[in-house]
Amino acid sequence: MSNAASPAAAAPRLAAAPTPTSVRVKASLTRRYRAERRFRAYGIVAILVALGFLVLLFSSIIGNGYSAFWQASLRLDITLDATAIDPDGTRDPDTLATADYAGLIREALSKRFPGVSGRDARRKLFGLVSQGGTYDLARMVSADPGLIGRTISVWLPLSDDADMLIKGHIPRDVAEAERRVSDQEIVWLDELAAKGDVEKKFNVRFFTNGDSREPELAGIWGATVGSLLTMLVTIAISFPLGVASAVYLEEFARKNRWTDLIEVNINNLAAVPSIVFGLLGLAVFLNFFGLPRSAPLVGGLVLAIMTLPTIIIAGRAALTSVPPSIREAAYGLGASPVQAVFHHVLPLAMPGMLTGAIIGMARALGETAPLLMIGMVAFIVDIPHGFRDPATVLPVQVYLWADSPERAFVEKTSAAIMVLLAFLIVMNAAAVYLRKKFEVRW
Amino acid sequence: MDEAMTGMNEEVGLSFGADDSEPLGQTPGSASGAETPAKFVSRGVDVFYGAKQALFSIDIDIMPNEVTALIGPSGCGKSTFLRCLNRMNDIIDGCRFSGSIVLDGEDIYARAIDVVHLRARVGMVFQKPNPFPKSVYENVAYGPRIHGLASSTADMDEVVRTSLERAGLWEEVKDRLHEPGTGLSGGQQQRLCIARAIAVEPEVILMDEPCSALDPIATARIEELIDELRTNYTIVIVTHNVQQAARVSQRTAFFHLGKLIEFGDTDQIFTNPRAERTRDYITGRFG
Repeated sequence: MSNAASPAAAAPRLAAAPTPTSVRVKASLTRRYRAERRFRAYGIVAILVALGFLVLLFSSIIGNGYSAFWQASLRLDITLDATAIDPDGTRDPDTLATADYAGLIREALSKRFPGVSGRDARRKLFGLVSQGGTYDLARMVSADPGLIGRTISVWLPLSDDADMLIKGHIPRDVAEAERRVSDQEIVWLDELAAKGDVEKKFNVRFFTNGDSREPELAGIWGATVGSLLTMLVTIAISFPLGVASAVYLEEFARKNRWTDLIEVNINNLAAVPSIVFGLLGLAVFLNFFGLPRSAPLVGGLVLAIMTLPTIIIAGRAALTSVPPSIREAAYGLGASPVQAVFHHVLPLAMPGMLTGAIIGMARALGETAPLLMIGMVAFIVDIPHGFRDPATVLPVQVYLWADSPERAFVEKTSAAIMVLLAFLIVMNAAAVYLRKKFEVRW
Repeated sequence: MDEAMTGMNEEVGLSFGADDSEPLGQTPGSASGAETPAKFVSRGVDVFYGAKQALFSIDIDIMPNEVTALIGPSGCGKSTFLRCLNRMNDIIDGCRFSGSIVLDGEDIYARAIDVVHLRARVGMVFQKPNPFPKSVYENVAYGPRIHGLASSTADMDEVVRTSLERAGLWEEVKDRLHEPGTGLSGGQQQRLCIARAIAVEPEVILMDEPCSALDPIATARIEELIDELRTNYTIVIVTHNVQQAARVSQRTAFFHLGKLIEFGDTDQIFTNPRAERTRDYITGRFG
């Protein structure tokens, strides 16, 4: 500073010469501009680092998970033998549904590879086709009993190990003992693939099935429905309660020691670790009220309690941002306090409230810990049909699959994360849309 | 000039002589005369914001179908007094009122008075135009709707139309009734706020510096409008602009530091003020 200033001070003052002050300002300007450029560089670096992490995250998830949307399938010509399926010829639905389709598949495979003999070899051969194949056949025959007696060409899902091999997730160049697919199985699969009888088909099961111990049959639909039901309960409880609390505290409550105390406590609640809410739910909803375990109803209640402080805080902020002139205008016309709030203040605060609510919901959607406490971590195969049915939710499903040893669950995990992220993006897009729709321009 | 006055604070202007606590001018009672009873009779009005006293024993009679101007430097309490007249101070935390204000023989601070009803009788126009962020039509229709003043859509259309006509805005907005009121110019917005106040058919209209956010042309229109409205309504206007008070009002009250210094006919206040402080203020020597 003094270095920069001293030559300026020593300079002779000519008529048009800059004044010492302007010289000093100029010297300090270069310094300020330098600081500004430096600051911008920091900002750009920060954004690049953040973007880098985001790209890393997404590429790893998508790279791992995209293959879960395809499932290797095998084309087989299956003879739907009437004596095997429906020996009595009654076409009774129960008989049709429970017939020995696995046997038919085994028969077809034996016909396909006539040379295979010996128990071990035959078991390996039959193990290529997933158990899901029998369900597919049962469904087909139940839907159209006319198929019985005919030979049909169907695509049946391969088992998870075969699927992994086709997708290249199981290395072929390691010793046979170190991989889950034997040399013999590789030969069979290569032979089938060479004839065009193995193909990767779009994995509809992943989007329509519940959880399963067999990775190739495991789907995300059960967890998705569980998440939807849970979120419905959460929003139905936390939004009206949160908005009502925010409106009362901000617009009607007297400002005194009690409301201050309540405010402090709400702010503290927003920072309480979510698992604590899970313990609260366990103690109150399950043990005291005796509500069903693992149910979206209880999960939704717990998440609603967790989300409430966020919604109240966002709601109060939205209400304070409504200009007081609007309240005065309404009061000046003789509106009652309730009319002033509901006709004018609340509609103007709505976009902010909705944003807060959706941010709270997005957090609740991704929440795992409190749901573990109330049993939503159970292995549940059935798709939940109501709020009291056992269910799990998307993030818990991710946790369960990540915990499973089978190689095929790796891609399922990433795919489930993608579904969860898609949900979150949809919710955030809804938040932006709602805010734009209700926003009032001045 | 009025901009300079807003710079006034309480430290300035303390260079006056003895503090004459009795306001000069018409004494209460004599002002009202025998022929017309006053619309508002204010007696001994004290207002506190927390521990700070904002108004000291204000006695004013506001006559019907007249424009009463409240003038004085910033922070003198004129807006506070105005807001006492429709109890708008009630919504301010920590604001206390004592004394009495009687509207047509009824103490508006009595327990039996319904504030909502009072505010429907005593309308208000604010300093900054504050139309609701709704259409022009909805802005005007809001008051009548909540008070149930129009029984049908046709009725409501009529109320909106006459209110806008009386506020001198109809010709300008008749083709854009369903566009947002916030899209109008500042002066039009303020006339819309006046139309909105008129639509409730109040007896009194309070105006809190209605022109301070407007340009001179818009100000002139509002002043004309105030003069026209006087035939139907009692108007109380707070203004920073001494000339405006002289132009539009019949009576003027001069406030200083929370006290009523002088109250009387506008002509008399401006030509022959009795208090030295009034003279100094209206001649621009302080404020």
